[in-house]
Amino acid sequence: MGPIVGDLIVVAGSIFIVIGGIGLIRFPDFFTRMHAGGVTDTFGAGLVLTGLAIQAGMSLITVKLLLILLFLWLTSPTATHALANSALEAGLKPKLDRQEEAPSS
Amino acid sequence: MLAVATGAVLLAMGLALVRAWAGPTVFDRILALNAFGTKTVLLIAVIGFLSGRPDFLDLALVYALMNFIGVIAVLRFSKYGHFGDHDEGETI
Repeated sequence: MGPIVGDLIVVAGSIFIVIGGIGLIRFPDFFTRMHAGGVTDTFGAGLVLTGLAIQAGMSLITVKLLLILLFLWLTSPTATHALANSALEAGLKPKLDRQEEAPSS
Repeated sequence: MLAVATGAVLLAMGLALVRAWAGPTVFDRILALNAFGTKTVLLIAVIGFLSGRPDFLDLALVYALMNFIGVIAVLRFSKYGHFGDHDEGETI
């Protein structure tokens, strides 16, 4: 029971990873691509590492897996925030759906 | 099943490499680098389980930390033009 459930969770996580990769290619603009990359960091890594932890059972390996997950979930939003901040300060504007009106005044 | 996951992670790493190669701005390349690093961590973990050697998780742990430091370093460099080891300019 345990290994099968772990396998299914790992495969679900890898599906999310592929979805994030496809979004990284196909999204039109930098900030939307950042959103696609976030799918990989949260759902993909979370599901894959949780599935591996279920397969490993209660041991030191599970502790290491949860530690990797904790580091990823702490550092990845920080890196994403720094990246978005740096891109905005460098003058990169998000692509909007509606047409940008000329400044009125 | 773990082999399927390994293939999926490798495919996603290839897609991230394509974005890093084609990215119009430097930030696209840094984003692809970050995603590539995260997928490297997952690939090492999955391959460790696939080959029955879970000791690989220590390597994955080190990669997770190195990836974060690398991204922050590249961001600082792209913002200030140096790594901030001199006393010129203000630091964040």
